Amino acid sequence: MKTPIIAAAALGALVATGALAQDVVRIGTEGAYAPYNYINDAGQVDGFERELGDAICERAGLTCEWVMNDWDSIIPNLTSGNYDVIMAAMTITDEREQVVDFSDAYYPPTASAYAADAEDANYESGVVSAQTATIQAAYIAESGATLLEFANPEEAVQAVRDGEADAVFADYDYLVPLVEDSDGALMFVGDEVPIGGGIAAAFRKGDDTLRGQFDAVIEAMKADGSLNEMLARWFGDESRVPAF
Amino acid sequence: MTCWETIQAYALRSVFSDRFTWDFTLFGHDFSLALGAEKLLPRADFDLCQQVVLIGSGMIWNIYFGVLTLGAGFLLATLVAVARGSRNPLLRKPAEWFILVFRGSPLFIQFFFGYFCFLALKTAHPAFAPFTSAALGAAVVLFLNTAAYSAEIFRGALLSIPKGDTEAADAYGLSGWPRFRRIVWPTMLRLAWPAYTNEAIFLFHSTTLVFFSGFPATSQRGDALYYASYFADKTFNPFVPYPILAGYFILLTLIIIGLFGVMNRRLNRHLPEARRARLRLRAGQFLR
Amino acid sequence: MFEFCTDPGQLDRLAWMACYLTTTKHMAIYWSVGTVLILLAVTAPAALLMGFGGAMAARSRIAPVSWLGRAYIMIVRGVPDIAFFMFFVIALDQFFEYIRHEVKCPGWTEPIRQNGNFLVCPEAKLPLSSAPQYIHEIYGFTLAVITFAIIFGAFAANVLYGAMRAVPQAQIETAEAYGMSRRQAFRRILVPQMWVYALPGLSNLWMILVKATPLLFLLGVQDLVYWARELGGAKTPRFTDYPHGDWRIWYFLALLVFYLVLTRVSEIALDRLMVRLTRGQATSGGEAQRKAMIA
Repeated sequence: MKTPIIAAAALGALVATGALAQDVVRIGTEGAYAPYNYINDAGQVDGFERELGDAICERAGLTCEWVMNDWDSIIPNLTSGNYDVIMAAMTITDEREQVVDFSDAYYPPTASAYAADAEDANYESGVVSAQTATIQAAYIAESGATLLEFANPEEAVQAVRDGEADAVFADYDYLVPLVEDSDGALMFVGDEVPIGGGIAAAFRKGDDTLRGQFDAVIEAMKADGSLNEMLARWFGDESRVPAF
Repeated sequence: MTCWETIQAYALRSVFSDRFTWDFTLFGHDFSLALGAEKLLPRADFDLCQQVVLIGSGMIWNIYFGVLTLGAGFLLATLVAVARGSRNPLLRKPAEWFILVFRGSPLFIQFFFGYFCFLALKTAHPAFAPFTSAALGAAVVLFLNTAAYSAEIFRGALLSIPKGDTEAADAYGLSGWPRFRRIVWPTMLRLAWPAYTNEAIFLFHSTTLVFFSGFPATSQRGDALYYASYFADKTFNPFVPYPILAGYFILLTLIIIGLFGVMNRRLNRHLPEARRARLRLRAGQFLR
Repeated sequence: MFEFCTDPGQLDRLAWMACYLTTTKHMAIYWSVGTVLILLAVTAPAALLMGFGGAMAARSRIAPVSWLGRAYIMIVRGVPDIAFFMFFVIALDQFFEYIRHEVKCPGWTEPIRQNGNFLVCPEAKLPLSSAPQYIHEIYGFTLAVITFAIIFGAFAANVLYGAMRAVPQAQIETAEAYGMSRRQAFRRILVPQMWVYALPGLSNLWMILVKATPLLFLLGVQDLVYWARELGGAKTPRFTDYPHGDWRIWYFLALLVFYLVLTRVSEIALDRLMVRLTRGQATSGGEAQRKAMIA
């Protein structure tokens, strides 16, 4: 009963013409990487990047819309124009910079960390889990440990709880709430590893206007301290507060 | 890196994530055999050769899963098909349920469950520890899955065995095991073969789901789809690796059809020329 | 949803469950059941249409058309569906946008492919970037339907091709004896009769289609599997009012039951359809029905 409506609307979309209304900037995110981005109980995208993205759009006078996309295909969908910006805890890397342009970092160069279920976990040469196609997975592949890959970060953490992996290697800030709320079942082991060059929004190559608008607002937010305030609220704890 | 060097470095990458040298003495001479593959996958300057070699290397897993589970599944399927046709409800009911559950649910979800179950079993008893790896755990799931599908095919064939054949067996005084082995079973196979060929093709295709749902890849050793998505991710271009994967599978499908065709001729060799059913997968009634 | 849900931390187990299962986020998974059913309802006829076209092409007396039909059937059947799912949606999207670009922006001079981007003129974008989100979702869903239709169309083509050949040749000859043209015989004799031969294959295909829907999330549609993973994963109290451990197994159990029920119901319905179609057909099944009616 819903079918004809959908078919008609789809047909409409295929043949739609007419002048462009005010452009909507579509922001793609994964929705599975709290506190950066996640889906809240109301089914909406939430998290640090949601708040930051909305603030940027407001200051730049843009109308923005949030779109969820699988991590694996998040860049191809940007380059083929299904959305205009990626804000998905994406670390700036050389590889990625060959296909997308990054804004100024809105999160300082990050540390990745190992979390395990025991202090003496063998994270150096044991089995370490990580999310497929992340810089962390690439790092473990080159280290002395055996890499165990999972499709999403949660399953990678779960592997430690299940005893499948000795440790999980992920973004420090992603692990913090999981470790703190685990009642001692999970703990950080080893040193933090600084990899990557900060987290930034990604744009199609050559999309300089939009990137310029984002850069200007990010710079202003760094200058007036509102970005640091936001970082402290989402990521701050007793031991450390990320800031510019 | 020339293409030959790439082949040396990565042809066995899906099985070995390191290089081994094996020193041994034979007839008084010392030999050193190097086997294995580069630990690190290519990370920049990707060329076509790398993609073809690594995706091809991943096919080793697809073939491993396909051959192993088809062989083992064949035996279980025969048992289940016979049990399904049994008049004893203690045999028939479990067989019906087994077929219903494995044919009625997506393999994708079966893999998830398989992985969860083996995790739970592992905490109960350490003997189950190896089953959380794809090599064993996923093989068990695929084995049960293909056994259920094949059992249904075999059951259909058992039902359509010509009455004359079994009557002839009775006339010869055959009963029990000899009757099954010499009359019922060969006829069942002959009738089921076209459908079973289709099942084999589908089973090989299904092996691509192993590392895709549930079972994690270790040390970047995965199947053809794993490497195809690795390259799609690194090159940000899905239009090269996936067609390569498709090419490999078309080749594999043709080989399966060829091999099963040979077997089909063998199964039908006693029949007069005109009645020999050529292995035509045409009516497609036996799709999975 | 319920009024007592304002402070979930204080609730007893049953009330907590009631609140938990009715969060707006949970509504998404219930909706996705609808998505799966709509997809099936739309894809089945679409795939049948593709299949009919493919089978007719394969039967064609014009050699290149016949090759095309056969190649379509062989290639799609020889490749795991998941391999297509991984790149078909982006390929289709770019294909449509390219055509629209050629039509709508003839004066556009910049290359479409530059720096690894695929950039068409703004008027050719699908959907237009100003379109509301639901249009984007419908478009994504449409692409998924087309992908499914192309893949399952090849299987349907194979089934229909076999069914057309299974209709006894004598029937066609009789039609020709009555002075029907090839086309008339096809329309009036072959097509109405082939369904009974095609139905077992098509029923089987329907079952495969049902069991392929968990891969819908690969096509960018947030389906049952996506939400089962998302909702089932362990949650910490910081980001939700309903923290819980790893509950994925329960969510997947629900999915398993859903699919078992769906396939079982389909099986029963298709069996009934088969009885209907067999009526009056020159097959052993039809003959058996006729005898039963006389007796």
